[in-house]
Amino acid sequence: MTDTGSASPDSPRFTDPAQSPESGRRVRVVLVDDHRMFRTGVQAEIGTTAETGVEVVGEAADVDQAVSVVTATRPEVVLLDVHLPGGGGVEVLRRCATLAADPDQPVRFLALSVSDAADDVIGVIRGGARGYVTKTITGPDLINSIFRVRDGDAVFSPRLAGFVLDAFASTDAPPVDEDLDRLTQREREVLRLIARGYAYKEIAKQLFISVKTVESHVSAVLRKLQLSNRHELTRWATARRLV
Amino acid sequence: MSASSAPPGAPPGASTGASTGVTTGASFLKPPDPAQAGVRKLYRSSEGRMVGGAARGLAGHLGLPVLWVRALFLVLAAFNGIGLLLYAVFWFFVPLGIGGVAEAKEPRDARSWLAGRRPDKGQVMALIALAIGTGILIDNLNLGAANRAVWPLLVIALGVSLVWRQADNARKARWVEMSHGKRFWPLVRAAGGVALVIAGVTGFIVVRGTGSHLGGILQAALAVLVGVALIAGPYLVRMTQDLSAERLMRIRAQERAEVAAHVHDSVLHTLTLIQRNADDPREVSRLARAQERELRAWLYRPEGTGRDDEPTTLAAAVRAAAAEVEDAHGVPVEVVCVGDCPLDDRLVATMQAAREAMVNGAKYGGGGAVQVYAEVEDGRIFVSVRDHGPGFDLDAVPDDRMGVRESIIGRMRRNGGEARLRPAPGGGTEVELEMERATT
Repeated sequence: MTDTGSASPDSPRFTDPAQSPESGRRVRVVLVDDHRMFRTGVQAEIGTTAETGVEVVGEAADVDQAVSVVTATRPEVVLLDVHLPGGGGVEVLRRCATLAADPDQPVRFLALSVSDAADDVIGVIRGGARGYVTKTITGPDLINSIFRVRDGDAVFSPRLAGFVLDAFASTDAPPVDEDLDRLTQREREVLRLIARGYAYKEIAKQLFISVKTVESHVSAVLRKLQLSNRHELTRWATARRLV
Repeated sequence: MSASSAPPGAPPGASTGASTGVTTGASFLKPPDPAQAGVRKLYRSSEGRMVGGAARGLAGHLGLPVLWVRALFLVLAAFNGIGLLLYAVFWFFVPLGIGGVAEAKEPRDARSWLAGRRPDKGQVMALIALAIGTGILIDNLNLGAANRAVWPLLVIALGVSLVWRQADNARKARWVEMSHGKRFWPLVRAAGGVALVIAGVTGFIVVRGTGSHLGGILQAALAVLVGVALIAGPYLVRMTQDLSAERLMRIRAQERAEVAAHVHDSVLHTLTLIQRNADDPREVSRLARAQERELRAWLYRPEGTGRDDEPTTLAAAVRAAAAEVEDAHGVPVEVVCVGDCPLDDRLVATMQAAREAMVNGAKYGGGGAVQVYAEVEDGRIFVSVRDHGPGFDLDAVPDDRMGVRESIIGRMRRNGGEARLRPAPGGGTEVELEMERATT
């Protein structure tokens, strides 16, 4: 969950050739989607390992398959559809929680969905996904997002940033919980710029901070989003039968 | 027996005679008019009926004037009450329908009288005539010993007809959805009918001189009823469950049909268009985007059809403007909205400025996506429109070009807001609009 820093500060949307994954870097990916056509399409787009550095090591069409494939192959990144037979992406995240928390070789999840309904987006992010992109994303942008998620960074699309701002704006938390659930002014600014379509690098320039600082702000947002306050924490734990 | 159990059927004859001129005039020769192809089914008419609607339904079915049919029933009733029996049979076995009459002339039936609403003249006349006719009939029957059984039977028949009529109304209310919010009168009527039947049965038994065995008979009857209930109960329960399950299935099937219809109307047509325009990528992506937007709106907006006429809130207005620009210029416009508020005059002006900025972005943005961000904060709104074109220098634009100066900057200023144009950090142009919200 810590921000390990990343060499590629691009936004998920705009590919900067200078920052694209250098050859020799490899990432192992599992595709989870119940539409075979879509898997084939993504595979064709990103799966030529020699060019993109992405190696698709497994595919799954429902929750059970996804859990077993991910457990068996231990990929670095899972491209996860939100709507899946057997409980949806959230269920996969729940059942793979131990893999995702592994300190040595964490499995990271990037939600890739056709839905951009706020409930779906916030749901999988709260479930532990490290980013969320929609299926209209272009191949190069998707590859970029995969590498960034692999490096521990969060991938926010502008729309996702908008949802997050919305979600926090509507939270009327008591002042005691300020640290835990409110976004800081800076985090809010960063999110606003993401929502306006800025790349991380552009945000850094705009706010006179380093790209790394931008990324740590985004990661902080992600952390707060997963557990936005104590009440939320309790509910989250209850929903997952942890308490 | 048929003659003595006649009274439930008697009203049509009697009432028809008295009220033909009042209620049936308009329905003459109307029923055959609608071109009814194929096999016509016989229904009792629920509109403008006197008692059970059998005569009217039959008239509609046969294409005869209602008066004739009623007269026929009446005449037949004179022969040992065959007409009445016939009428009763029709009433029991023919389902209630809406056909058989085309008049729109205040379909006021006996119900209005029974329900205590203002009775109309024809109906009062009919009932008086009915009472007199029945009295004369009974008087003339002069059945001697059998006469003692006639009165209880009459009461039973009246009660039965009351209850059956009630059932008719309940069914009618279901299709016409004309629940008048009156729960009281139907209950009273049903209870009254049941009470009449019970009283009649009791009277029948008492008159027959078997009053001494009444207690025993009642006990036996109760035992039989309980037995029947025990035997038939589970079947009844099963039947109700099956019925509700079937209804659920039907509702699901209807929903599926609706989705299928929508997909057929919109998505399939778009796909066909896309196939036809396969060599024009711009058109294809325009079609696909428009369709995606529409389908999304239809799927995720529960009550909406996906196309509302005039947006009334800021977020809706931004999305609508973006959709129009996207369709008109074939450039994707990505919208992110945070918060929402109702539109007022100043916000409408802001929306016009934003729209102009979107159009500029779409035209000169080099074909890349235009990104729109709108946020409602406490006292103000903020809109950013960003493109990824070659950039734009306001000072280099000739003075006579009014687009940006008037439509965006001038408009915002006139309405008390502010517009800023500046080069976006990653290339392209960003237009920022800020407007105070009217304090309400």
